[in-house]
Amino acid sequence: MNRPLPRIRIRGLEKAFADHRVLQGLDLEVPEGCSLVVIGGSGSGKSVLLKCILGLLEADAGSILVDGEEVVGASERTLERLRLKFGMLFQGAALFDSLTVWENVAFGLLARRRLRRSEARERAIATLAEVGLGAEVAELYPAELSGGMKKRVGLARAIATEPEILFFDEPTTGLDPIMADLINRLVRHTVKRRGATAISITHDMTSVRRIADRVAMLYGGRIIWEGPITEIDHSGNPYVDQFIHGRAEGPIEVLQPAFAG
Amino acid sequence: MNALAGIGRLTLAACATTGGVLIFGLEAIARGLRGPWYPRELALQMVRIGYFSLPVVGLTAVFTGMVLALQSYVGFTRFEAPQAIPTIVVLSMTRELGPVLAGLMVAGRVGAAMAAEIGTMRVTEQIDALVTLATDPLRYLVFPRLLAGVLMLPLLVLVADVIGVLGGYLVSVYKLGFGPIEYLTRTLDHLESQDIISGLVKAAVFGFVIALMGCYQGYRSEGGAEGVGAATTRAVVTASILVLTLDYGLTEVFFAR
Repeated sequence: MNRPLPRIRIRGLEKAFADHRVLQGLDLEVPEGCSLVVIGGSGSGKSVLLKCILGLLEADAGSILVDGEEVVGASERTLERLRLKFGMLFQGAALFDSLTVWENVAFGLLARRRLRRSEARERAIATLAEVGLGAEVAELYPAELSGGMKKRVGLARAIATEPEILFFDEPTTGLDPIMADLINRLVRHTVKRRGATAISITHDMTSVRRIADRVAMLYGGRIIWEGPITEIDHSGNPYVDQFIHGRAEGPIEVLQPAFAG
Repeated sequence: MNALAGIGRLTLAACATTGGVLIFGLEAIARGLRGPWYPRELALQMVRIGYFSLPVVGLTAVFTGMVLALQSYVGFTRFEAPQAIPTIVVLSMTRELGPVLAGLMVAGRVGAAMAAEIGTMRVTEQIDALVTLATDPLRYLVFPRLLAGVLMLPLLVLVADVIGVLGGYLVSVYKLGFGPIEYLTRTLDHLESQDIISGLVKAAVFGFVIALMGCYQGYRSEGGAEGVGAATTRAVVTASILVLTLDYGLTEVFFAR
């Protein structure tokens, strides 16, 4: 048996903030070239999971292997090297306000110092074209863009350095349904065309069905179900069922309003 | 018992914050010196701190010089020594008021702006984005600001010194009846290079502290717009208090020589 090594392998991951234990022994594997979507309610620790993998937050316990290299407890130098493999689209796009659109997109390229500014600008404009934005937005500042355009610029920035592993933090949150569909298609297209490995986190089920190869559900600090997207409708897991059908009643505890008696 | 516990908690919190600020500053310097360098960022911060603070610092300096001349005239005529006014004005400006007033003005202007900018970058995940783009925020954001503070505040103080003396000159010559030549000669007669240098050293220290507090408070801010507002206030208050207390400490050091 010669199973290929997963690109990311997480074992027993724990992370707490003060008394609040967010991740409580989480296990997860992401195979090469797979688009995994992690679903779960607001505040269930999805973003924390991504930030732990990136080394933006230090896990309290457990292990995260990226291509066989340990992230938890790694030196800043190792983390810096590992991060070159990653690209991330942030929830609010997190564009740099003080830089123009093309400088944002080219930021990772310029940070690596392999290109001159004029070359980086050309690459940035080519990457903007990939996400459907014309060269005319290149000189604008993020404050002059709409929410959907910001997301697209954020996506362009995440893929400009051609990373092997992509993270998407709620790619469709705050967008109208049409723009959300466009972003979903872009995410799917980008991941597949580049053969990248991707982890997305979302609670938008339309988005899940569009971009996922596999789905994992995060609840109570653990992955309680994981499987291919085709099996999500008959997972046999009451938590997953409640979540994908968006019901307030079920095993997932939510604070009930006064009228629900 | 409760009161004692409260004092203990406060002391521990103060120690933790001081330690946190020191580690933050030293880490930023250590990493910043190792490079990569960001000359564009440094230039931008130098212009923001140095050039755009000129009006407010100049205005403060000219009125301080003027009021110094006027007040010391009231005092020194009682000892029949009004000829001491030029010396009083120039020594007060270079040794004390130039650095302190410029420091306080820059703390309000630049320290607040740094905390607000870096704090906004923190709560909108821009700092996380920097890290994922293989850029160290301490090298890219913090170190250029610290360096710009250390380099630009002495220059601002030098300008403040000159403008302050000019303020004293204007009042003394046009209101108190000094001769122009007499005033300038007396200004330079008792001025030693140490008077100016001690003021510039103070300025460099203040510039560092102001930038450090602005960056640290912004970097550590959390909780959206409210958190950024609180960080901005803390940056200005702590920087101002540090300017005043360090001023006494540095004066002691120079006084002993």
